[in-house]
Amino acid sequence: MSEIPHYLREGFITVEELKQFIELPSEERLRKRPVAIPECPQEIPCTPCKEICPTNAVLMENPNAIPIVDYEKCIGCSLCVQICPGLAFFMIHYVGDKARVTMPYELLPVPKVGEEVILLNRVGEEVGKGKVVTVVPREKSKGDTPIITVEMPIELAWDVRAVKVVRE
Amino acid sequence: MRLSEHPILNFQEKRGRKITIYFEGQPIEAYEGETIVMALHAAGIRVLGYTPNKHRPRGLFCAIGKCSSCLMTVNGIPNIRTCITLVEDGMKIERQKGKPKLPPTVKPPKFKEAKKVSGDIVIIGGGPAGLMAAINAADAGAKVILLDENPMLGGQLVKQTHKFFGKREQFAGVRGVKIAEILEEEVRKRENIEIFLETSAIMLLQDGDEKLVVGVRKNKELIEFRGKAVIVATGAMEKMIPFEGNDLPGVYGAGAIQTLMNTYGVKPGDRVLIVGAGNVGLILAYQLIQAGVEVKAIVEAMPKIGGYFVHAAKVRRLGIPTLTRHTILRAEGKEKVERAVVAQIDEKWRPIPGTEKVFDVDVIALAVGLRPSIELLHQAGCQIKYVPELGGHVVIRDSRMETTIKGIFVAGDSAGIEEATTAMLEGKIAGIAAALEIGIASPGWLKEIEKAQKELDEFRAGPFGRKVLEGIKKVVVE
Repeated sequence: MSEIPHYLREGFITVEELKQFIELPSEERLRKRPVAIPECPQEIPCTPCKEICPTNAVLMENPNAIPIVDYEKCIGCSLCVQICPGLAFFMIHYVGDKARVTMPYELLPVPKVGEEVILLNRVGEEVGKGKVVTVVPREKSKGDTPIITVEMPIELAWDVRAVKVVRE
Repeated sequence: MRLSEHPILNFQEKRGRKITIYFEGQPIEAYEGETIVMALHAAGIRVLGYTPNKHRPRGLFCAIGKCSSCLMTVNGIPNIRTCITLVEDGMKIERQKGKPKLPPTVKPPKFKEAKKVSGDIVIIGGGPAGLMAAINAADAGAKVILLDENPMLGGQLVKQTHKFFGKREQFAGVRGVKIAEILEEEVRKRENIEIFLETSAIMLLQDGDEKLVVGVRKNKELIEFRGKAVIVATGAMEKMIPFEGNDLPGVYGAGAIQTLMNTYGVKPGDRVLIVGAGNVGLILAYQLIQAGVEVKAIVEAMPKIGGYFVHAAKVRRLGIPTLTRHTILRAEGKEKVERAVVAQIDEKWRPIPGTEKVFDVDVIALAVGLRPSIELLHQAGCQIKYVPELGGHVVIRDSRMETTIKGIFVAGDSAGIEEATTAMLEGKIAGIAAALEIGIASPGWLKEIEKAQKELDEFRAGPFGRKVLEGIKKVVVE
């Protein structure tokens, strides 16, 4: 049983595990502009991210290969986050002592720009609060999925992958 | 309870005129265009009848006309599948007790009075495989008859709110519900496709040079469909697993829950436990969250998640755990599910004492696999083989989807459990191959078959395709 990787036993991937599949972007790159991070470690027949990328930054040898992002070619346009059927693409951007994480959001209510939201990590635990800085609503999304960018303390950038909207 | 708001679907737009039906004499609000059982469930009625001998309560299970768990007496006629029969104003619905008989005043239709409908190719099943078969056969020049026993086209696509995988030309990135709309529109604009909905195929025979499909429309009208070839695209049905209380109303097939909440906007329950972490179970968990239903956990007997990891990750980050190496021990409750008891299992699949967990749930969703619906193929005499990799008994066929009986083709899940994407490709192949065989399609269409075969090979080339390929090796003959 030891050959079954942790992420397939538990249903979430740790950053350490993710590094076995993809190289993470440098701090310098993370500060330059938003960069796409695929959390898609399994070979599945799926190619929309590669097909939609305007700069051919998503590399995939065959339709079942895992996506690898060429961080220098990536312009941070978020189309891969919008289209990914597995909701497995994110964008990260370091700005000062904050990080901005872009993620898909397919629940109701869709948060508004400026709204404070609860930050959830990959196992759904509440790890802090963040502020929504941009929203691409469903009707403007190229992949029929709304995406949001949330500003948060920089140390949470590699943990937070979802948010909870709480309204009175 | 009915859903009003949904992040993906709009039910207000879809609901028809408000009407009244009567359940055991009590008036119930319903909407035109929905099936009987949906209106009953929305009104909180989950017990649909009692078994004849032990009087155990029966509820919904498959919701697509395949399992007989929802049989009720409608306007005096017993054994009506209420999951695929549409409501009508003033309809009288009753639970069955004992073994009901057809009232003497009701005369079943006679064969000699059956309406006759002829075409080149008869396609049974209007899901992704059947729709693609119809479109391609029609484009190749055939007059197509398409039947489905459900009140709408699209098969299981109509309840899939998630975006599909694959390549963009195969609809990747597009939601299943949208794919159903696109394919339906394509089918409806072709004048050489005649559609019969609410029509069950109950027999498939060779009659002289023709194939004869006997159909029953709206539970009463007998129709003979004749063609030179038949494509069976009847899909699959949900598997059941043994555990105490597995027949309690509230133990639903995953697909039934999707039908309730995604097709008809009816809340399936308040708290759900899902059994099975394949793609169906994982996707269902996410869809339940989208519908505002609490999901307690997903239990999976295997030591790892069987579906795509990305589907598991998107529910895990919303706080829903997948408990691998766990199984359901029993469902508890009086007349309906009130609790689920699960336990960890050891290497030999035995529950480990002391690991029991109790979940207060009113719905237990079974997502433990599907088996191909091959009844018509079996009855027609096609050669059958048991192939576990493809979900159970399947037919022997060639690479163009033709069975061991000339002129009978198969496509989609009824040929072996796989994906909607592969069902569409198989449907395309079967549609063209049938049109070629009966001498209607020009040889130029061969190229389209080859193209679809190449796409299938590509889709199945990864680790998730290995099992299916093993299965296909066992059933494909040249």
